[in-house]
Amino acid sequence: MTTVRPAPAGATATSPTPVDAVPKRRSLSPGQRVRGILRMIALIAIALVFISPLVFMLVTSFKTRADATSVPPSWIPEEWTLQAYQTILGSASTPVFTWFLNSVTAAVANSVLVVITASLAAYPLARMQFRGKNLVFGAIIATLLVPPVILVIPNYLIVSELGWLNSLIAVIVPTAAGAFGVFLMRQFFLSIPVELEEASRLDGANRFRTFVSVVLPLAKPALATLGLLALLTNWNDFLWPVYVLFSPDVQTLPAGLSTLQSANAVRYDLLMAGAVIASAPVILLFIALQRFIVEGVSQSGIKG
Amino acid sequence: MSQTTLPTRAGALAETSAPARRLRDHGRATPWLFLAPYLLLFTGFVIIPVVLGLWMSLHQWDYTLPLKPFVGLDNYIDLFTPGSTTSGIFWQAMQATAIFTVSSVPFLLVIPLLVALLMNAKFPGRNFFRAVYFAPYVLGVAVVAVLWRYLLDNNIGLVNYYLGLLGLPDDTAWLTSTPAAWVALVGVTVWWTLGFNAIIYLAALQDIPVELYEAARMDGAGRWQQFLNVTLPGLRPILTFVTINTLIASANMFGQSYLMTQGGPGRETRTAIYQIAETGLRNFQMGDAAAMSYILTLFLIGLSVVVFWLFRERRGARK
Repeated sequence: MTTVRPAPAGATATSPTPVDAVPKRRSLSPGQRVRGILRMIALIAIALVFISPLVFMLVTSFKTRADATSVPPSWIPEEWTLQAYQTILGSASTPVFTWFLNSVTAAVANSVLVVITASLAAYPLARMQFRGKNLVFGAIIATLLVPPVILVIPNYLIVSELGWLNSLIAVIVPTAAGAFGVFLMRQFFLSIPVELEEASRLDGANRFRTFVSVVLPLAKPALATLGLLALLTNWNDFLWPVYVLFSPDVQTLPAGLSTLQSANAVRYDLLMAGAVIASAPVILLFIALQRFIVEGVSQSGIKG
Repeated sequence: MSQTTLPTRAGALAETSAPARRLRDHGRATPWLFLAPYLLLFTGFVIIPVVLGLWMSLHQWDYTLPLKPFVGLDNYIDLFTPGSTTSGIFWQAMQATAIFTVSSVPFLLVIPLLVALLMNAKFPGRNFFRAVYFAPYVLGVAVVAVLWRYLLDNNIGLVNYYLGLLGLPDDTAWLTSTPAAWVALVGVTVWWTLGFNAIIYLAALQDIPVELYEAARMDGAGRWQQFLNVTLPGLRPILTFVTINTLIASANMFGQSYLMTQGGPGRETRTAIYQIAETGLRNFQMGDAAAMSYILTLFLIGLSVVVFWLFRERRGARK
């Protein structure tokens, strides 16, 4: 049951403007040039440490069973094959394709739920004066400090009383209660000039109309960031789905992957194929929308 | 106030109404209608659980049995009574959590800072490197653990193979012996989550005004002195956040143990969260598990308070 990692205070909604810590001088001295080269070497070395395990995972998924366990390990398959994918996708005991669909359904539904409920709740907290506002906002902020562990056991009971055990709704709804989204959206709404809403209000639109037709379009970048973070978190969530989903056909990919591991302890070709299937969507999403994800993360640390 | 270029009619009208008034022109129920969907979730899955968990911890709450008698503080007392059925496993798990936290947090605070410093300048491909270092973080723990189980396999894994090539011992049982298992769990976690802290540091570094560095250089400060007198003080607010966030994340470690070592070799790497989940959700002794989670929570809150206090102290005692 991990929710998106909270940010305790004042996250700003504006993107950081890159500023050189050491401003460039007119021409590079030899010392600076050497330092630049050393930096590049260090950066590339670290990058290799980060990338090579992922490359090896991808490569292994195209190996035969024997090749995947050969000593010494090879970076290039003796023979490129789709056997591993065919095996796990076709197996009734490990329905990887079903897990994939379950993960997509859960992640998309959770993300939509988070974006809708958090932005609706954040709007009055940013823009309206009403009794009880401080109490509500205080309570929401306070739970950012509550470690999720105390929610796991009672939430299991609640989910079970609701009849949601072993059903996808258990991994869609409870995690949407996290406070981070409300907080992020409130900060963003505060940064939008009130004057932009005024025009619409004076044209006779009510609060909800104004919210939908003026505020939300302006908040698109924040909505995208929040939606993405929720999507990633839900897609990767592990502890909660492992315990609340127990039939093979309702599991999500991370939970399924652990089943795959215990069922095929030494079939690394199969495990790597499963890992590739579980990571390909998020890696592709990350490559495409890197800016939003990285910005969301840097905003989750308090700025200033 | 209204310096925006609104249509004249709206602009003129906006000026006539007081700013305080125009915030209030909504029905009494309006804010609550906006809040309702979220508050429903919040109440059902945060507020009620916090109270319910406390309630459960005061009962002999076995999920599978019909009777859940009130036992007062017995579940808690058991946890603090040496030799009881729950105290041994719980404190061993707490110890595992402590070992993991103490050994991973320093790396997760320092290495990402070094990486961020390395990246905090303009050079070709900066965004590419930033993305590469962050990439493992977008993978779930399930993928990370399964992948590293393979790479750390004693016989066929890449890690032992390369150690052998370097002339180092090449038969370490990374996942089935201690302390090697701890090295593996910490190493994998650092690899996986380093990018998260690095990005936060980088954002904070870029917010430090360039003029401060210039001023320091005017005063004849070298690179190291600039780091001590400009960079570190500039990072202080973010350091509190990063430290607490990292401590809590480490203290919540679960998936790495569950998937890589199965808590083994014996129970040595079974962390507190792992034990709470097994006690409550596998063995259905939910009263005991709830008591365990409240004790762990108290530890975490205490730890956060200590961190806040430490960072506040140093601000006064700054050189």
